[in-house]
Amino acid sequence: MIPLSWYLILSALLFCVGAFGVLARRNAVGILMGIELMLNAVNLNLVAFWRYLTPGLIAGQVFTLIVFAVAASEASVGLALIISIYRRRSTVVVDEINLMKW
Amino acid sequence: MRPEILTLLIPLPPLLAFGLIVLFTNRSNRLSHSVAIGAMLLSWGMAMAVFIAAVTAPHLGEHPIELSFPWLPTGATALSIGVLIDPLSAATLFFVAWTCLAIFVYSVGYHNYGQPREAHDRAGLPPHGGGLEPMYARFFAFISLFAFGMLTLVVSDNLLLLFVGWEIMGLCSYLLIGFWFGKDSAKKAMVKAFMTTRIGDVFMLLGLAYLYSATGTLNYRAILANEEVLHHLATTPAFLGLSIAGACGILLFMGTVGKSAQFPLHVWLPDAMEGPTPVSAMIHAATMVSAGVYLTLRMFPLLSAGWEEGGALTTPMLVVSAVGAFTALFAATIAVAQNDIKRVLAYSTISQLGYMVAAVGIGAFVAAAFHLITHAFFKALLFLGSGSVIHGMEHGEHETHAHTDPQDMLNMGGLRSKMPATFWTFLIGGLALAGFPLITAGFWSKDEIFADAFANGRLLVFGTLALAALLTAFYTMRQITLTFLGQPRTQAAGHAHESKWTMTLPLIVLAVFAVAAGWAGIPEDFPLIGGLLPNWMHDFVGGTLLEHPHPVAFSPIPLLTSIGVSLLGLLGGWLVYRNAKAGAPDPLIRALGPVHTLLKRKYYFDELYERFVVAPAYWLAETFTYKFLDGKVIDGVLHTIALVAGSVGTYLRRYIDLPVVNGAGDLVGESIKRAGRGGRVIQTGRVQGYLVVGVAFVALLLSYVLLVRP
Amino acid sequence: MTVLQIVFLVTGFVTLLAGVMVVASPKLVHAALWLIVSLAGVAVLFVLLNANFLAVVQVVVYIGAIAILIIFAVMLTRRVMADTGPTHNPSWWLALISALVLLGGLLALILQVPAFAQAGPTAQPAADSGLSDLGTALVDVNRFLLPFEVASVLLLAALIGAMAIARPADAAEEGGE
Repeated sequence: MIPLSWYLILSALLFCVGAFGVLARRNAVGILMGIELMLNAVNLNLVAFWRYLTPGLIAGQVFTLIVFAVAASEASVGLALIISIYRRRSTVVVDEINLMKW
Repeated sequence: MRPEILTLLIPLPPLLAFGLIVLFTNRSNRLSHSVAIGAMLLSWGMAMAVFIAAVTAPHLGEHPIELSFPWLPTGATALSIGVLIDPLSAATLFFVAWTCLAIFVYSVGYHNYGQPREAHDRAGLPPHGGGLEPMYARFFAFISLFAFGMLTLVVSDNLLLLFVGWEIMGLCSYLLIGFWFGKDSAKKAMVKAFMTTRIGDVFMLLGLAYLYSATGTLNYRAILANEEVLHHLATTPAFLGLSIAGACGILLFMGTVGKSAQFPLHVWLPDAMEGPTPVSAMIHAATMVSAGVYLTLRMFPLLSAGWEEGGALTTPMLVVSAVGAFTALFAATIAVAQNDIKRVLAYSTISQLGYMVAAVGIGAFVAAAFHLITHAFFKALLFLGSGSVIHGMEHGEHETHAHTDPQDMLNMGGLRSKMPATFWTFLIGGLALAGFPLITAGFWSKDEIFADAFANGRLLVFGTLALAALLTAFYTMRQITLTFLGQPRTQAAGHAHESKWTMTLPLIVLAVFAVAAGWAGIPEDFPLIGGLLPNWMHDFVGGTLLEHPHPVAFSPIPLLTSIGVSLLGLLGGWLVYRNAKAGAPDPLIRALGPVHTLLKRKYYFDELYERFVVAPAYWLAETFTYKFLDGKVIDGVLHTIALVAGSVGTYLRRYIDLPVVNGAGDLVGESIKRAGRGGRVIQTGRVQGYLVVGVAFVALLLSYVLLVRP
Repeated sequence: MTVLQIVFLVTGFVTLLAGVMVVASPKLVHAALWLIVSLAGVAVLFVLLNANFLAVVQVVVYIGAIAILIIFAVMLTRRVMADTGPTHNPSWWLALISALVLLGGLLALILQVPAFAQAGPTAQPAADSGLSDLGTALVDVNRFLLPFEVASVLLLAALIGAMAIARPADAAEEGGE
């Protein structure tokens, strides 16, 4: 059988890959892709815990569903923002979007 | 009303008059002189009532009329105000009241009340030719204040109150000598008078203080009527070989030397003739200068503490008699060479005061008091008469439009026919001054002094006074002859006329006293007429002292001497001057030669004092104190302090305030700015950078939780 | 090694590889496609975990909507990014280190708990993997109705917000917020 720790390790790995993407990518859309990876890792984690520890409680799946909804809304709003910034500044390189610099 | 209360009230009406005139009535001349004379009349009335009560009281010397109440608290005790009427003050009160009243009335006419004020007369200068005095009301205000001062002095029962009255009179003398302040000579004279008497007053105050510290009181009865106190004062040594009594006596006598114009402080009195003649009469003849002699008489028990009648004189008595006798002769010699009618009388006053002082000095208490009283009357009479003469001369000058000095006797002559009332009263006064036998008061009082001096063996004093009496008679007759007898020497004298009744009435009243006052003191053993009238003066006034003095035994020598010098002097004066012509020089100039100049210039004492006293004082005040001490030293210190303070302030500002304090304040702001500027670099605006930091911290935290903690 | 384990390992490896390619790929379109692969791998894993419904939802929502959206965004913002410049920012090494440290920490945490190492799942879920239960739970007032409705509202807000933000610039208000 597959121990729970394998799923958790996998999701941890996925999460860290996504974190690296978020921190290192120059393109804003690339960062968003990294965020999607991280969210997926979280979902995986949630479902794994549901399946192994409390399969009778449906709350695990409901949680995951809610995460889906949140991810979707966040992706849409984020992409809308990127497009809006692209329209104004003709760039999506986050290093160049530094108006908040001192 | 009890006599004590009356006595207390006597000085007050003139004070009230002074206040009323100054504040309210000064615009109305009539109202002013009415208030003044009314007040003086009131005081005179009360004084007469008190005098009668005093004379009828038995043993007034032992039970005087007295009243005292505390006034100025001084710790446990208090200085008090009080009145004391013993025989001396009763007699003094009598003549002061009469002479003051007479002079108040005389002033109305003297200042030409009733005449219109001339257009060219200015306040501060004497009016020309008979116009109304512009400062009429002011004059009456001042003499009222003066009367208050004198009456206070006379009725006082302690030295402090006496001193108060003394100084008030000094002030009034100053104000009245300089009454016509527009004249430069008057301004100088008023300052000279005040300053000279001030010198005497300083010593007097020292004596007062010393006496107070030695006895703890200034009350007459407590010191002078108290045997133990006097004995204690006489036997306790003070300084310079004197006892306390001697030291205090001499110090207090210095006050008399100033006030009564004795040598060497005599220089102010002749110059004081700048004032109007009523002032000269009242202040500088009858009352204020008499106050000095009154003080000496009052202090007689102190001066003579330790002296026995007929015994050796105490040190203060020697000093007093020497000063008095010398002054009498000294002033008489100067009077011989003076031409101003008032100056002659001024020196005559100095001389006669010398007589009184000398009399006190040799222990002739009653004789001195007697002469004080008679002299007040006839000297006031003579001065008022001279005022009348001057008015007549001024009228004559006004009519003839002449510009000669109305006071110079060499311009007068023949006024006897023009001014008969003035002439006869002046003659009576002059004869009294010269000591004409029997019928004048001056004879009796002078004779008393001679008798006492001779009987007690004070032959030096006797001789000096006799010589002075000869000169007195001489210059008196000189004055009368030059003024009234012969022919007028100028047009002005020819057109003189008699003065109004307000001026001649007081002359007549005083002339009566000048004759009759002497008969109150006829010695009991005088040949022929002695014993007809009791020697009231000796009996009454002698009761002032603790031991009633013995009457002097009669001796013909002093009597003959006195009659002889008097008649000889009068004859000499008449002979030399009866043919004095207009424009001719004084015959005495040829007779005496350079001595005459010495006498005329008053032995150059004014110049001497000017050179050795006044000029150094000015130098001290102006150059030393003002320019050097005040200007250079004190101001120099102040400027240096200011400079130092300024430079300290600048230094503090430049090196401490600006860099340190301001710098610290600025530093706070600057450092925050710099910290901000330095710190803001972490805000790169790059979100990924922020995220990296966040993750790094999480990593750190995880490491800590997992590795460091178990 | 059982079949399931091998399936798991293969799927896991594919998912990870795809994920690495997502973050490392220089061309963004390739990265988006690799993302799709990774999402599909996760869907397979859901199936392995008996969360069938969620696997389907994963495919439909993530791959069908979100990934497509990402591809749209890549296309729309492409002009500038036409293969110019580096794809990672200068301090990518710091990011790598941080991610690795994070990974290390997470692994240490996971391996610390012995309960996670147990061999298999505790109990069997319901036959239809609780789908009807899930549906009922979502609309039951006493259970998860509220989160469900809130999520709906969130989606609505996101919808409106995205539209407002992405509006063209010539509109009166800029969708700046």
